[in-house]
Order: sequence, then C-alpha cells, then structure tokens
Amino acid sequence: MLGSGLLQGLGVTAKNFVGSFHDPARLTTTEYPEVKTKLPEAYRNFPFLVSENATDPMGTLRCVACQICEKECPPQCIFIEKSKDKKPDATGKLQLFPAVFDIDVSVCMSCQICVEVCPFDAIKMDQDFEIATTDRFTGLMLDKHALAKPNSYFHEIHPTDAAEVDGRLAAERKAAEEKAKAAAAAKAALAAAPKPAPAALAATAKPPAAPSAEAPKTPPAA
Amino acid sequence: MSVSDLSSLGSPGGSHVRAVHDEFHGDLLEVSMGPHHPSTHGVFRMIVTLDGETIVKLKPVFGYLHRNHEKLGENTSYLGSMPYTDRLDYLSSMTNNWAYALAVEKLAGQPVPERAEYVRVILAELTRLLNHTCLAGFLMQDCGCSGTPLMYAFREREKILDLFESLSGSRMMCNYQRFGGCRVDPSADWLDGAKKLTDGYGAFLDEFETLLTGNEIIMARTQGVGRLSPALAISAGVTGPMLRATGVNYDLRKVDGYGVYPRFDFRVPLGDHGDVYDRYMIRVLEMRESIKILSQALAGIPAGPIMDPKAKLRGFRPKAGEAYGRIEGPKGEIGFFLISDGSPNPYRYRIRPPSFINLTILEDMCLGQTVADAVIILGSVDIVLGEVDR
Amino acid sequence: MESAEQIRDRLLAQFPGAEISVVTNPGVAAQHSLLLGAAHARAIAEFLRDDANLKLDQCSNVTGIDWPEKEIIETTKSTVPDPAGGPAKVVELKTKRIQPGCLEVVYHLYSIALRHGPVVLRLRTGNRTDQSTVPSLTPVWRACEFQEREVFDLYGVVFEGHPDLRRILMWDAFKDHPMRRDYVEPDDYEWEPTPHGAVLEKAKAHYPAPSVAAVPAAEGAKP
Repeated sequence: MLGSGLLQGLGVTAKNFVGSFHDPARLTTTEYPEVKTKLPEAYRNFPFLVSENATDPMGTLRCVACQICEKECPPQCIFIEKSKDKKPDATGKLQLFPAVFDIDVSVCMSCQICVEVCPFDAIKMDQDFEIATTDRFTGLMLDKHALAKPNSYFHEIHPTDAAEVDGRLAAERKAAEEKAKAAAAAKAALAAAPKPAPAALAATAKPPAAPSAEAPKTPPAA
Repeated sequence: MSVSDLSSLGSPGGSHVRAVHDEFHGDLLEVSMGPHHPSTHGVFRMIVTLDGETIVKLKPVFGYLHRNHEKLGENTSYLGSMPYTDRLDYLSSMTNNWAYALAVEKLAGQPVPERAEYVRVILAELTRLLNHTCLAGFLMQDCGCSGTPLMYAFREREKILDLFESLSGSRMMCNYQRFGGCRVDPSADWLDGAKKLTDGYGAFLDEFETLLTGNEIIMARTQGVGRLSPALAISAGVTGPMLRATGVNYDLRKVDGYGVYPRFDFRVPLGDHGDVYDRYMIRVLEMRESIKILSQALAGIPAGPIMDPKAKLRGFRPKAGEAYGRIEGPKGEIGFFLISDGSPNPYRYRIRPPSFINLTILEDMCLGQTVADAVIILGSVDIVLGEVDR
Repeated sequence: MESAEQIRDRLLAQFPGAEISVVTNPGVAAQHSLLLGAAHARAIAEFLRDDANLKLDQCSNVTGIDWPEKEIIETTKSTVPDPAGGPAKVVELKTKRIQPGCLEVVYHLYSIALRHGPVVLRLRTGNRTDQSTVPSLTPVWRACEFQEREVFDLYGVVFEGHPDLRRILMWDAFKDHPMRRDYVEPDDYEWEPTPHGAVLEKAKAHYPAPSVAAVPAAEGAKP
C-alpha cells in the first residue's frame, strides 16, 4: 500500500519521542556545564609536566631538558631552553633542568607523541579542557609554571598509567641504587685486595635490568 | 534527452552544453553553490550552469581547505605524520591510520602481531559503521528530512566514539595505530563494550531502515537519480560503495586480503542501478556485513603482544625504496605512496584520497538532473573536505 | 601477474623503438616500475588497459615527484704502480658530476577485471624548467583528470592532451608550484607570536616590538 512505509517511519519517530522521556538509552544528552559527563581514563587534552611533589614543583620536575619532545612534536609547539647549571633530581643525581619550557596550546593538537617519546616519564597528557581565554596569544602560551602539576594529580586523572609509571621508576631507582652500592662494594674490594678474581667483578658489574610491563621504550641515549 | 544518453557522453571536461533542451532556448543561468552551503558538506563549491532547473554543466571548485598535507608529511618524521592522517577524513581516523601504517610497514618490512591485526579489523569495521551511519543521516538531510534521521545516526555514532575515546583518548583524532602494531592494548572491559555495541547495532539498523528504506518519499527522491555506469566508474577510478553500487564486485578486503580479513566470513553487497538509492542501500548492507565481521573478530581475538617487539618509535628510518599501500576505507580505496631515501622523513608522501577521486564523475552524474538532485547526488558520493582538499 | 621485465619485453615487441626501461625498487615492497618515453606513452597505456593478459582498467593513483639537480661526488680508487719498483700506490680520484633534475609522474595501475596489480608507470620531464611536458593519460583513464590537474598545480608538470588543465587546489592567480623541493613560501602571512625560533623571528619582523615610549608608564610598571 502506498504510504505504509511512511506510516511505519512515523511509528519509529513516535517511539523515539515517547522513549526519550523515560528510556535512559534514548535520553542521550546532558546539560553541560551544570552536569558533566565522566571522562574516560584514557582521555587526553594538552600535555603537562610531572613534578614529584606539589610543594616545590619547580625543584622536582622530572624533565631534564633533553629536548626529544621538542624535536618530535609534529606541529612544533614545544620550546625548551636548557639550564646552565645542574641540580639534583629525585634520586639525588645531578641533572639539567628546563630553564624555559613553553607549550603553545593554540598550536598543540593533543596527539600524545611527546608523551610516547619521553624517556623520563616527565610529560603526560592532561584532562583539563576548560582553558578558554580572552587573550589569544599570551593566554594560550603555557610556561613551565603553568604546566607543572604534581604526581598526585597524575594519579588522580590516569590512575592505571600512573601506578605503572611509579612502579617502573621505583624499580629503576632501586636498580640504580644497587648498582651504586655494588660499584662501591667493588671499589672497596678492589682497595682491599689488589688482585680480585675477574669473575666476581663481572657478576657485580651488570645489575638486572628493570622489569618493564609496557611496550618497549626507546632508551634515552638512542 | 534522457539520463542514460547523458551519462554515455562521459567526455572529460568537454563541452556538455550540448545537453541543452532543443524545445526551448532560454538563457543559461550560472549558479555558484558553496563554498558555504549546508548541502556541500564543508567548504566545497560547485559552479552549476542551469537551463531552467536542469543542469547542463557543473564544475567543482576545490582547495578551500587545502593545507598542503603532503608537504607537511615530507617535512615531518614518519611517526609525526600519523596524527596528521587523523585529520584527512576526520570521520574515519582509524582507517586513515591503518592505511598509513600499512604503507610504512610495507616500506620497512615491519611485521604486525596477530592481536594487533584483529584490533585493527575491529576498529576499521567500527569506523565503517559510524561512517555509513553518518552518511545515511547526512544523505537524508540533503533529501530534505531535516534533523530526525541525522540525530538518530549521531546518537549511535556517539556510542562508537565513546569506545574510541576510552581506548585511544580522543573521539575523532585517535592517533592510535603505530608501525608494527597499535598503541594501547584494549582491555577485556573494552572488548566487552565493543561486543555489546555490536550485538545491539542490528536492532538500531532495523529501526533506521524502518524509518528510511521503505519510505515512499525517499524512494521517489532517490531512485533513478544520479546514475553511474560500471564502465565509467571503473575508468574514473571510483572505489568503495560508489563502485559497488554500480554492480562491480571489487572490495579490497576480498581482493587484497590485507590484515586478517581472509579469516572472516562476509559477503560484498552489490547494486544494480548505480543510482543514489543503491548507494544508500549498499551502505546499509555493508553495515550488516560489518556487524558479522565484528562479531567474528571479537570472538576470535587472540592474546599476545599488541606491538611488535622490534618496532621502533623514534629514529625510524626505513631503507631507501618505495611502497604503495592501500586499504578499503569506508569511502573507498585509501592509499599512501611513500618514497624513502633513508632519512628520517619520507622523500615523498602521497595520499590517494578516495573522496577526491570519487568526485571526478560528479559532473557526469549530475548532467540532465535538476539542481535539487545535485544536492543529493553530492550527498551520496560521501565526501569529507579534509580529505578532498588535504 | 607478469613481472615488470616480462611486461617490458612484451611492450618492446609490440612497440619497436619505444623507450621502456625497468626502474628497480630497492625496498622491501619490491614494486618495480616501468619508465616510459614520452613518444609512445599514451599508446602503451592504451595497450596495457586493453591487453587481455593485463586488463589494467583502473588507474588508482597519480603522484608527482620532484627530483632537483643533485651534485654527486664519486670517489674512484685506482692503484698506480710505482715506477721505482716499490709497492703500488692507491690514488683516490674524486669526480663531481651533476645529475640533472626532472619532474616525475607515477601512475599506479590495477586491474579490476583480473584483480591484480599494481603495475607502476613512470613518466619523466626533460628538466624542471622549460621542458616540463609529459603526455596526459586522462584520455586513457578518466581517473587521471583531477589527479593530473593536481600534479600540474603543485609541481608544474604540463600534461599534453589534458582536456581541462587548470589549477585545482591553489587559486588561479597563484604563481609558484608549492610541492617542489626548492619552493620558498612568500613572506606575506600574519605570523603569530609563537615560541619557536624561525617563526618567532618572522613574527618579530612583521610586528616590530613597541618602542619604550609607547608603553604606558603608569600601569604595569613595577616599582
């Protein structure tokens, strides 16, 4: 019958119209900004710099200004200047730090490549999307003070990822400590006995590599 | 002069003005449709010459969204081009990623683990679902049923985008595939979510089809409109659902059998008129086949690594050579032609954009039709200007 | 499907005197290509399309490539025997030669009827300036129409016999060919202040820093 297809279609719209009042599957909108939808854990929007603690963010940045992210960034929105001097990082090792670290978020496309190439887990993706400003240039140019956020914040937004990173860093630090200890011990042994057995040295020279659950990361010196 | 006479003209860029009606000679009217016109799917422009309401000449004008993507690719590392491919056809970033990853893997001889191949199939078929659903919605918008089908389509699309977001971190700019695998391993929860969506999608399609497929107005509006002959379609390099709507059995998932597609049981739907209605129906039928592939892939996904352990992220330098890799994207054959000279950046980075090449025969399909038909013919080609203009 | 060498031999038998050579692809993909001379290119293309064994009915992709002039320094080592009868000397001879530049167009052909491919065709222009003409293959495959226009637009290759050779992505009044390797972008943009060196310099040149007198002294100045 001519028109039956039309009537069936109208039946569908009627079902959807009525359904949108009581069926949660058909009620799909939320009233932003009063109601906010929960973001998935993987959600990413602009990078931030991880600092070890919240009280001294500039002193405990993980970034060592190696400039890998600056080179790899596809739209070239990162600008880094290395420091002239060194200061101790979380493990007490002397490291360079970024004197200037700027990200132009009007250019950034949140592609996450800086995060993937960073060998120090120093830059991670944020979830803050309400950063509209009235000033197009300086307001969207984030310097290292605006970018630095503590590790606890990282745990808050990406708990799984943060736990994995912390585990890996702890293992690496432990390995480094053991290596230092072993080196000290070997030095002491060397001082005590002028001719040590070469086998003993070889055993202590290489500590076991830190276990990594993640996809293989490029070593920093590659 | 009938439609079939006109489509047999097929002379590229020749003088189509001889299609003017003989009975009466009015002045020809030149209308510029676009670049900012709701029916042109973005910043696309058609200079249409009309005799009364009949189209006698149609010249597409491109380039409003041109950003010289290929030059960007030559000045960026292999990895750095991956997020840019998201922005080609921004409705289906996952298949763009895959096409690029496939071309680079061909260039470098990089193997891909089995689990990653399954994940790629799952994501590509989800992309096909969302692209075809959107297209059906937009096509109906072009036909004049403003709003309702498009909103239903968007409601379903949003569910797929939620899956993409929870996996890759972004709804549309996924940047998910890597050379030699995928970036993140999907969790069991994610796979369950995808399975739930796949199981429910058939019911949505039933509802959508009840609304549209048998609708008398849509049939009257689209059947016999914008016909394309198989011979012209092949010669003009038309690919994807556009080609299959003319009855040519050519689906790269079957022909090339890339990835793990040969393991799945699915059919290739074919049309027999090559008109707008056929193009709509082909897409609906392809979605049904996609659901079949998805449920097989989700049931059979193996455990294992998601990235090849030897795959390199940084400092990726394939040795000198060239490779052309192509896959069946939702809009047609999307291919990448890469030439390496051994440096970290490709020497040449060429994209074969399906929707750009499918527009070659836009004029042939529109000649002799009315100006209102040009709108739905363009809608049925399924273009995204990010890819057309690059 | 036949290999590139087999196709070349068959073509040479069909078109005696045509310039056809195989360009080997050293990469893993090993998609070798056929370099055609301009004189027979269109006839060969038609033959490839209609040949019963090949039936390359679809031209999938048309790519332009720019090969600028390259200076190649070759080092040849030769041993010169010592006239005094001592050990022979090794002499290194460095020769410079200029590899002439050209523009190249690559066609990827597939067969829908026989489901094989790709066969890759290459056409080269004489040089990059005044001899930049190659025959158009649009009359053979309609798919080349827009893609050849794109190559004309972005590389400046002139396709002889193309029915509608106009710019396609750039605007008509645009002068240069932006995909060429030596293209220099015009300095007419509104450079925005960004942190990066090169762009920052350009931005500074376009927006000179305000002079000290122009800055209002009362506000913002710290004591």
